[in-house]
Formats: sequence, structure tokens, C-alpha cells
Amino acid sequence: MEQLQLLEAVERYLQNEMGPEEKGHFEQLRKTNPEVDQLVVEHTIFLGQLNKFGEAKNFKASLHDIHNTLVSSGSIKEQPSQAIVKQMWKRYKRVMGVAASIAGITTMLIAGMINSRKADTVELQQLNQKFERTKRTVDQLKKQVEGTPTEKVPKAPANTDIKSGGTGFLIDGKGFLITNAHVVAGSTSVIVQNNKGQEFRATTIHQNPSTDIAILKIEDNDFKPHDVLPYGIRKNGVDLGETLFTLGFPREEIVYNEGYMSAKTGFHGDTLTCQIGVTANPGNSGGPVFNKNGEVIGIITTRQIAAQGVVFAITSQNIFRLVDDIAKTDTTVQKIKLPSISSIKGLDRVQQIKKIEDCVFMVRSY
Amino acid sequence: MKTDVNEKALLEGLAQNDRTAIESIYAMQYNMVQTLIINNNGTAEDAKDIFQEAMMVLYEKARSGSFELNCQLKTYVYSVCRRLWLKRLLQLQKYSHNSNGLVETVSVDEDMEVHDQRNSDFLMMEKALSSIGEPCKSLLEAFYLQKRNMTEIAGNFGYTNADNAKNQKYKCLMRLKKLFFSEYKNHV
Repeated sequence: MEQLQLLEAVERYLQNEMGPEEKGHFEQLRKTNPEVDQLVVEHTIFLGQLNKFGEAKNFKASLHDIHNTLVSSGSIKEQPSQAIVKQMWKRYKRVMGVAASIAGITTMLIAGMINSRKADTVELQQLNQKFERTKRTVDQLKKQVEGTPTEKVPKAPANTDIKSGGTGFLIDGKGFLITNAHVVAGSTSVIVQNNKGQEFRATTIHQNPSTDIAILKIEDNDFKPHDVLPYGIRKNGVDLGETLFTLGFPREEIVYNEGYMSAKTGFHGDTLTCQIGVTANPGNSGGPVFNKNGEVIGIITTRQIAAQGVVFAITSQNIFRLVDDIAKTDTTVQKIKLPSISSIKGLDRVQQIKKIEDCVFMVRSY
Repeated sequence: MKTDVNEKALLEGLAQNDRTAIESIYAMQYNMVQTLIINNNGTAEDAKDIFQEAMMVLYEKARSGSFELNCQLKTYVYSVCRRLWLKRLLQLQKYSHNSNGLVETVSVDEDMEVHDQRNSDFLMMEKALSSIGEPCKSLLEAFYLQKRNMTEIAGNFGYTNADNAKNQKYKCLMRLKKLFFSEYKNHV
């Protein structure tokens, strides 16, 4: 414990908290004992670095804050990056011809791949929860509950069973959610529930079984729209080894998990999906995958039955593609404005999750 | 051109971490930088990143005390952002020689060198702090960064008394120093 007291003395000395007598004594010690002197020098550097770190961290946090304030007050505007498209067009007009023909070939290849993917479903498990087996126990519980008066009015349709359950997340604060198509496939009605246990009615406005994405819209007066979503959706790809995290509802409670980017393609080289190393369970289907900056980079869909920790996620580019595609014909979808900027970048994980968790929902289809 | 009085006041405010000053600099300069980045293959997100890094450079320079800006603030910010963005493009291997409107401006070489050093120090400390784990990280942050006193910390972290907390803090500090210096000495 001598070392502890010595270090404490060094800190007091550096902070100028010593009385004149003690200080004189300490300086004497420094002169006679090179080890103490060395410790003082080293600790000065260290505290200096720690201080700078703290200042920089604070400053970064306040810059983020200011950015968000200025954007919401309208003093600065975030421009869309359309300019690039124009520039690229000018610059690469000639290349376009070649690209178009390549695109044609690729389309044929992808069509082939989707077909082969369908055949593979035996080896893959979709991560939605199947409820048939638990139905009976739920019914029994319901009966018990009905005896006692509760404040919460269940919004689930009476006398129907839950077909499937998964996770969904907001892509627009007005109440547009993304989940997997297989979560809501064949449903007659959909209920989403947030982490506080509030239920909202939702309708499926689009499902695309080939990309396995569905868009839901919360249509419930109890739902309070979010002005700005804390996260953005990533347009570009992700590098191998990037750390990722997921939030989902494999049980009644929101569950956090961490992992990394394992491969840029999915099962059997599927380019619509990517492989991530996280643990996922039935119920995680449709849940968002975030990178460390809090950007959505994918949607969890399936895991490989034969292997542990091999999970596949639909890459976030597909969300943009799908929304752009159907916005051409569907006027409801035209209202969706996909968030591209994550305001939780640079925050620590706990803070990030606090901001995100309100936007992740449990999806139950009946 | 000499720095005008208004800009000088803003920079002094920046050095003292005055929020209003930072906000006005931000509001004045951001759109210009955004246009620069977006016209050169970037997105609004990139613009935010680059601009905030440039603000860091400006902040470091303002705080160093020896700050004398011998051009307009706008020119300086532009030059720094230009440098940062070119570097980013090079890393992404997207750099094209006919980058639009990226004219050579005031030289910021020295400042960039200082900034790179500081940035790598920052990352080293960040890495060291994140690898010592909890509760060490929060404990040290509470004491050294938020400057809270030991009695208060002991209460918040559930230690029976300040001495216990001190002991724990000491152990954490030794681990952090060891981790930090093992990297730091390699770099200096």
C-alpha cells in the first residue's frame, strides 16, 4: 500500500494541494530518489493525456449536440447527396452502356441465386417464433388473468392465435416499421409492442418474400410519432471485422447482443445478405443490426442449423432499394423518409441503447 | 488579411468552451463545408464527420494559446476540411485528380501534424479505457474526467467508504497506465 500513498502524494503534488512544508519535503524526496522523480514525470504525462482525452471527449459530445440543435432549429440544413449522381452521370456516361449490359447478366445470375436459395431453406432456420405449441398454456393463463381486473386492454384480436412473432424497427418516426416478410406472412392482423409493454395495432403495407422484407405501418392513436430517429440506415457496405450489435425480442423482454461482421455474402454466396457472428434466437427475426456508430446495417433473418453462431442478415441497402422501388407506385410509401444520419455516433453503448430501444418493437402476427 | 475583431472573440469563446461561440462558428461554417464535401463524392454524414474533426483542430489550436490566425476563419476551416477530406478519399481509394473546386489554400501542414498526433493519443486512451472494463472505466472517468470527489464516488458505486473506493481506483489506475504506456511508448 506504500505505492498507493506515494501515487496519491504525487497527485496532490501535481494538483498543487500540498502545504509549503510538505511540498518542500516532497521536492527533497524527488531530488534524492530517482524512482520517485521518474514516477512524477510519468504521472504528469499520463494525467496530461487523460485530461486532454476528457476535454476532447466533452468537446466531441457537445459538437454532436450542437449539430442536432442546429439541424432541428433549421440553422443548418443537411443536403441530400444528389449532386454525386449528376456528377457521376456526367463523368461516366460512356461506362453506363457497358454497365447496363453487365447489369442484365447480373440480373439473370441473381434470379438463379434466389431460386437456389429457396431450395436451401431446409438448412436454414427462420428466426421467427412459432406459437402453436404454447397456445394452450397461453389460453389457460388468459383465463386466469381474466379473473383479475387489469388496466391494460389487450389489442390482440379475440379468439385468434398468434401465428408468428419477431422483431421490427422504425424506419420513419411517423410509424413505419421494417420486419421480415416471413414474420407477417399469412397474418390477418399484426400487433406490435414496445419495450414498455404498450401494444399498437399495425397493418402490413408491403411484403416482399424474395428479399424477405415487410413494411408495416402503426395505425393506432396511442402511438406517439418520433420527430427524429436516433439512428440512420447505412447506404454503403460494412467492412469485415466491424463490431456490430443487435436488439430484438427473442422473449418478452428486449435483448441486446454483440458480434462482428463475418462475411460480406450470405448463405451460399447470396449477395442480398451478409453473415454476422452473433447469437440469435427465434424471435430475433426482423431485428435491426447496428454498427458501432448506431447505423442500421442489416436485418436479421435466418441462422444456419448445422453451425453455431452463423446468422444471416439482409443488408440495409435492400431497404433503400425496396422503399425506392415501391414508392413509385404506392403513395403511402412515398411518405417514408429514410434516416441517413445517426445522431448517437460517439455515445457509449449504454446511452445508444437507451435512445434506440424505443424504436424497436416486438411484432406478433395473428 | 488580419483576423477581424468578431472572429477573434469567437475563437476566444471557443477556447473557453463557450457554447454560444461554438454554435455560431458551427452555424456560420457548416454549410460551406457540406457543399464542399457533397460536391466531391461525399454524403451529409461525411460532411458532419469532417467538419467536426476540423472543429477539433480549431479547438486544439485555440486552446494552445499561441493561436494567431492570419487569414479569415472561413479560409482556415476550408483548408483543414479539404486536407481531411482528401486524406479520407485516399484511404477509400476514391481519389480522383479532377476533384471539383479543391483549390490550394493556406498551408495547414503543421496543424495537421499536431492534430494527427493528438488524435492518435486520443484513440490510444480510448482503447486503453475500454479494455480495462467496468467498473474501472466508470470509476476512473468519474474521478479524473468528471472530477467528482472520492466520498461521492464511493456512494454512487456502492463502496462502503472512500478508502475502499480509493483502493479500487488505485488498482484500476495502475492497469490503465500499464495499458496506455505499453502503446504510448511504441508510438513516441
